[in-house]
This record gives sequence, C-alpha cells and structure tokens, in this order.
Amino acid sequence: MEKHELIVIGGGPAGLAAATSAANAGVECLLIDEQATPGGQIYRAVGTIPEKRATLLGPDYQYGRKLVDQFNHSRASYLSSTTLWNLNSQRQIGILRDGKASLISADRIIIATGAMERPVPFPGWTLPGVMSAGAGQILLKSSGLVPGNGVVLAGIGPLLLLLAWQYLHAGVKIHAILDMSPAGNLWRALPYLPGALLAHHYILKGLRYQLQLKLAGVKFYSGVTEFHAVGGDTLEAVEFTHRGGRKRIDTQLLLSHFGVIPDSHLSRCAGCDHSWDPNQLCWRPVADMWDNSSVDGIAIVGDGAGIGGAVAARHAGRIAGFEAARALGRMDAKQRDIAARKDQGWMRDDLRVRPFLEARFHPPAELLSAPPDETIVCRCEEVNAGAIRTAIHSGHQDANQVKFLTRCGMGPCQGRQCDNAVSQIVARELGDEKMVSGGYRIRPPIRPLTIEQLAALDAGADPK
Amino acid sequence: MKANADVIIIGGGLMGLSTALHLGRRGIKTVVLEKESPGRHASGVNAGGLRQLNRHMAEIPLTVAAAEIWKNIRDLVDDDCDVVLNGQVRVAESDATLQKLQARVDALKAQGYEHEQIIDSDTLYRLVPKLVGGCVGALYNPDDGSARPFHAATAFRHKAIALGAEIHSGVEVLGIEESSDGWKLDTNRGTFCAATVVNCAGGWANRLAAMLGESVPLTPKAPTLMVTERLPPFLDLTVGAEGYQLSFKQMQNGTVIIGGAHLAKLDFEQEQSVIDFATLKTSAQTVTRFFPHMAQVRIVRSWAGIEGFMPDNIPVIGASSKADGIFHAFGFSAHGFQLSPVVGRIMSELILDGKTDLPIEPFDIRRFTESESQEP
Amino acid sequence: MPSTFIRLEDPDSRWVNIQIDGKATRAREGDSVAAALLAAGLRSCRTTPISGKPRAPFCMMGVCYECLVEINGVPNRQSCQITVQEGMQIRRQIGTAEGYS
Repeated sequence: MEKHELIVIGGGPAGLAAATSAANAGVECLLIDEQATPGGQIYRAVGTIPEKRATLLGPDYQYGRKLVDQFNHSRASYLSSTTLWNLNSQRQIGILRDGKASLISADRIIIATGAMERPVPFPGWTLPGVMSAGAGQILLKSSGLVPGNGVVLAGIGPLLLLLAWQYLHAGVKIHAILDMSPAGNLWRALPYLPGALLAHHYILKGLRYQLQLKLAGVKFYSGVTEFHAVGGDTLEAVEFTHRGGRKRIDTQLLLSHFGVIPDSHLSRCAGCDHSWDPNQLCWRPVADMWDNSSVDGIAIVGDGAGIGGAVAARHAGRIAGFEAARALGRMDAKQRDIAARKDQGWMRDDLRVRPFLEARFHPPAELLSAPPDETIVCRCEEVNAGAIRTAIHSGHQDANQVKFLTRCGMGPCQGRQCDNAVSQIVARELGDEKMVSGGYRIRPPIRPLTIEQLAALDAGADPK
Repeated sequence: MKANADVIIIGGGLMGLSTALHLGRRGIKTVVLEKESPGRHASGVNAGGLRQLNRHMAEIPLTVAAAEIWKNIRDLVDDDCDVVLNGQVRVAESDATLQKLQARVDALKAQGYEHEQIIDSDTLYRLVPKLVGGCVGALYNPDDGSARPFHAATAFRHKAIALGAEIHSGVEVLGIEESSDGWKLDTNRGTFCAATVVNCAGGWANRLAAMLGESVPLTPKAPTLMVTERLPPFLDLTVGAEGYQLSFKQMQNGTVIIGGAHLAKLDFEQEQSVIDFATLKTSAQTVTRFFPHMAQVRIVRSWAGIEGFMPDNIPVIGASSKADGIFHAFGFSAHGFQLSPVVGRIMSELILDGKTDLPIEPFDIRRFTESESQEP
Repeated sequence: MPSTFIRLEDPDSRWVNIQIDGKATRAREGDSVAAALLAAGLRSCRTTPISGKPRAPFCMMGVCYECLVEINGVPNRQSCQITVQEGMQIRRQIGTAEGYS
C-alpha cells in the first residue's frame, strides 16, 4: 500500500496552510483534494477565475491566491480531482481518481475538509428553485452564473449579506432578504460585543453591506418565522410570518442559509469521538489543543473542527503542520511551540468575534428541532418530521434506531442532510433539546464506489 | 429479594425478544435486560435472510419449523415484517458442483426432508434471468426469502411488551450468583432477581457463560454487508453460489444487499469494527462474476455487525450444564435470524415443560464444556 | 419564462458543446454539469424514485445528492462534481435509474 508521512485531506485554507508548513519543515506530504484546483469552497476557483469576477467577490477571496501560491511553491504534492471514500482508525484512506480506486495510508493525517451549510428542513425546501446560499456562491465563483429573474435570500447568517452584496454589484434583482434570527439575539449577543470589536472589520463590513443594500432599495424583513417555500412542481413563492402578519413574496428562486457547520462525515467515519456543541449547534471532534483527535495520528483542523472562518482556518492549518512535523520528528515540542506562537496569537484574535457572531446568528431552537410534521426531513428517502416523531414515540429513541425504522439517512446522501435535524428532533421529543447525542453511525464508502471499481481496488501488496 | 419477574432474559436481540414473546403467550411475565437498545447488534443489521437452504443437518428440523412461522408471521407478531418468500438458489458453475448439491438433496430425502431440490439450467435462468451464462443448475428452495431484520425485531419487541414483557435498555449484566430463590443479577443499573435466567446475549454470551463456569469457545466476529443504490427490479430470489462467499438479494425498494460473511476487523472490547476493503474486493469480484450487469452499480454503504460464532458453526441451545434455572440460546454464527421465531418457542417449552419436541441435542452446551476433562 | 440563472459576461469564455435530453446546447468550459443544466434553463434535473416529484441541484458541493443525472449512459452521477466535456450526453433521471445494461 502506498504510504506517506503526512496526508492532508482538503484543499481549502486550513489544508493548504497545513501542507505548506509541514512540507516546509521537511515532512513528506501529500494533499488530497476533491476539487480540480486548490482553494476549497471559500477560495473556489481562485487560481483560474477571470479577474472581473474575482473583483466582484471581494478582497478576502483574493487572499486565497496567496495561500495557493505558497502551497504551490512548497514541496508538498497535490492530488486533485480525487474522491475520498474511506478513512479508518488505522489511517488507511480509500481514494478514487480517474475511475480507479485504491487504498493508501499515512503515518499522520490532517483532516481539513471544512464546513457545509447547516441543513435545515423547512416546508417546501425540496422544491426545484430552492438552493442554499452556498450553492449561489459556487455558481457565481465557478461559472459566473447569477439569478436571472430575481431571488429571495432567507435564513440566518452573514453569508446572506455577503451574497446579496455580491449580487447587487452584479445587477441581480433581489426581491427581499428575510432574516430568521430571533429578535432577542441582538440582546444575547451584546455582552460579547466588546470582544467582537477587536475584530471590528467583520462587524463594520456587515454594516456596510447592509447599508448599501438598503440604499439600493432591497427589502429587509427581520424576525421572520413560520417560513415556507410553496409551489407545485417548482418553487412559486415564499410565505412567512412577519410582525404578526402572514406575507407572501412570489419568486422562482430562493437561496436559503442557516449558518455553516463542520462537515464531520469523514472524521466520524474514521471513528473520531465527537460531541455536540450547543453554541454552534453541530457535532465537533473531541480534540486536544493541537487539534489531535481521539484517534491516534489523526488531527482535524479548520472549519471541519469547529466554525472559525477562513482566516482562523489558515492559522490553525499552519499550527497543525508544525505539530505534524513534531510528531514526525522534524522538530521538538519547544521548536513547535515557537513556530506556532504567532499563528496562535492571530488565530485567537480572529476568533474573538466568534462568540458575538454565534450569539447574534444563533438559530431559534424550533427552527432546527421542531419542523412541522409534513416537512420532509430526509430528502433522499422522503421521510417527514411526523414519521420521525412517530418512530421516536414508539420506542426508537436515538437517531440510529429512527434510521433503521424509517430509512431516514439511508439514501444517497447517507444522512448528510438529515443527520443534524433528526438528532435534534430526537433530543427535543425526549424532553431536552440540549441533550443531543451521537448522530448516525457513518460507514464507508462515504462517496459511492461502483462494484467494478471495488473489484479492481488497488489494495497494495499488503496481504490482509 | 423480591423477584423482578419469573424469567429474566439477557439480551434484547431477536432470540431474547422471541423468548420473551413465547413466554408471554403462556402467561409468563419476563424482564429483558438489554445492554444497549433492542436489535442494536446482529439482529438489527443482518441481511434478513429467511433461508432453509443449505443448512447444517442439525438445524434442519428447526429451520423447517421456523419457515412455517415466517409464512404466517403476522399471526405471531401482528406485523408482516416485510417478509418476501420468492425462493433462494445456490448456483452451481460446474457439473461436479451440481453433483455435490445433488448428493445433498439425496441425503436429505433419505431423512424425510424435501424442502431442497435441484433445478436445471433452464429453470435457473427462468428464475434468475440476469445470472451470468454458463451455470449448470442450482440447489433451490422456493419458499425461502427475506424480511427486514430491524422491523422484525421491532415487531417482536412490541408484541412481547403487549404480552407483558418489560424491556430495560442500557442495562448490562456484570455478575450473576445464586440466591435463595433463584438467581441474582448484578448490573450497571442495580440488581435483578428471578428464578430463571435465559442467556441470549449474542456476541457477549460467553461472558455470561463464563460467569457460570461453563465457558465455551465462542468467537465474536463482524460479518460485513454492502448495499447498493436503488435499481429497477431485476431479481426476485436470493442468490448464493456453491464454492463462493456470496449472498445476493434485491429488496423491494430496489437496493441490492450483498453479503457472504466477509469479515471486518473487530475490536470487541471497544465494540468497533473496521471494514476490510481487501475482503470486500473479493466480494465485489464475486458479484461481477455472477451478475456482470452490476459492474457500474454504486455501493452506497457497507456495515458490519457483531455476531457470536461457534467453532462447529451451530448454536448453543438448551439448559445450562452447571445450574438449574439457567438456559442458553446463542452462537448462531451469522444464520440465526430465520431461526429466531422457533428458538423462542423452544426456550419457552424448555423452561415451562422441561422439554421440547424439536431435536436440540446437537446444540447442547455440554459438547464444549464436557470436552474438558473434569475429574469427579 | 426567464431563466432562473443567467451568465455574467465574460469575453474570454470558451464553450463546450453538450446535449441535454437529446437537445444540443453549449456550456462554458469549466462548468460543472449541474451549472450547465441550470444555465440552460432547466428547473429540475430528475424525479425521485419514491414519490416521482421533481428535484434540482441544492448544494452544488456534493453533499446533497440531488443533482443526480445520467451522463453518457451512466445514471446516478452527481452532476455538480463533474466538469462538462465536449460531446457529453446528459439526460435527466426519471425515478430509479434505468441506465444499467
């Protein structure tokens, strides 16, 4: 079996920084990326994007080019367009590239697979015409596609404002921006404001975007509840409650967003322990201060460990690279501490805004744990919230039992879109929303593998 | 100490639930102690095979009796358990292999069993049109099929409860000792007492047997299964192949379940298994050998369950060799699912009548415990 | 009906010829197949095998598995993960994939 000293999984800021710093410290390092070019989601296509589109996306995006250049200049190797279908606790990785499946392994692994949109079921979310705000960004970054006949942006989180601002400057008609964060959030967030002001550029940026959008006439609705997407075969409108009244806005495109959460699928597949974070409302790996997980030799950094944003991710990545270098004998603990000090400081500074953002953009409990009965929760198998509640109350009192009974989580996405919601519904139905226990057991292949690809698996010369 | 029930059953898998159900039918209240949740392990995650075909001779009376129950499972548990009985074949690639299967059929007939037959290639290809060409025939049982294991376990659980069973989840038995009126079980959630205890603890059953001084060579292993994406219907029967580790069936929802007892690497103490893709590679090769059209079908997931295996591949069923009031039903070696309805009945008869009409001598625990020389 | 998505001007675009449901169209080089479908004005890319209701790409990053289509005769391909190629034949997927011979 092909073996490496260090394998970094993910080509976003954390992964690029980790591979770069480890390789620069002399570690033999391979970075595996499912994309064709480095940058991950946030810096997607940063190496190849036309200048005009890059300007549209803003200066933060363009920083990504620097990261990619540093990576390209390091001695780390890069395996692009590679799908990862397994990672186990013995640090064996299953990859698929050009239709060929193989197993490789490493002495150390850094998981930097980043975040995904928090999947939040709401009535009508499966209608064609409903997409995530992240999807809108990807279409903009990778293909220069923007809404052609108006768009409603709805949900919670700063990405909505960013995307709206980008759309505004591209001439897109924005019907409305619907903010579903509870009115009380601003009060809850206020105690964290002093800390957040140290990262004032985030706050000011948000305020600036909002001002520009308002000046351009974009309608804002805040404290929105009971949000539905409606339509027959495709999206026709959104309906919602605002200031006690029911409103409707016709639209053929809705981009929804409810924050981002770590994409924990791979780290859970590997057997790393995770626990539920009640502030970020997601599972996060249990890890030490150097981001080492509960599985020997596997570290998890960046948004895949906990949401901190792209800037914190690159610092965390660099630190993980130094720690990998220490673990592989290229530096001792003291040298690692010295090397990591600056990044630790910058990361601390950058993370100061997080408590404020988490409080300001904390979703209302019912949005996640109490969708109406008729809402489809498992998109793949079309299982609605009512069926899940019936299963829970007939004795199936954890997410896995609900899965076995209802097929929730057994479809193509293997629970990525419903895991979170089902676990929160279980917790709420059992009486304590905060007691969210482990989600679905994740099993390989975490990306599909055809039978002939498996039959031709290059498992290395290693006999079983 | 006051008894919690007449009978305590250790293990909330299908063997334990079936035992609780059958005792309940005879008016006996039971307590089931399950260390996680009912059906969490082998019972919930197996391939759901309802197979009489190709069983060890000792199991044949039991499997035939169980098949009768599965045909009318609704009468027992008020639920269909999604039972589908379209038949099972064990394919022969060569004449020599087919002769071997024929010899088996002849031996069974001599014992009065006619549930297995040999079919020729014409019949085989009529039943399994997508099978690769060149196969000469198969061993066949038209009444075999499958059910959905977790749903079956759930149905058994609901019915057992309706008949008076109490199921305690999250309760692990840590010690067992005799008491004045039977047995005292120490658990992580306190002490339970009963006159009779039944060991249905699956992969963990030897922990209990050892506590009683009758340790057996049970090996916990983790057989692996794979499931594909949904496909249009192309197969009604379950397919195995002589000389190959293969169990291949298409479910009603179109997904195909691929088994064959390929093993994952098991850390029994941690209850964690690591899927071994080198063995699944062999499984995939077997699938493409017999069903070439499956080549580009996607595997969506694999999983492994913890199961108890006995060295002679048949279970332990019967009274304890060491103590009155203790009974065992474990070690089903990856083929217990189909037997579960009748095993519960056997256990209830042993407990209440002191005997059962089905021949269970081959399953006696003494075949292991008395092989150690014990001077009187 | 105006298309849900339209393209920003880019004079340096290079184009790739593809077919969607047998109809010839073009996509921008570097587009994912899902992006190409949306740019071509399709509102849905498949129907579900359970209820038969139409679905469309949702996440564009490979975690929702809604964007499944048949590409060059092979079904259940995640179109957001695949880049358009010259001559590609893309078909919307109706219910359970039929395309395995």
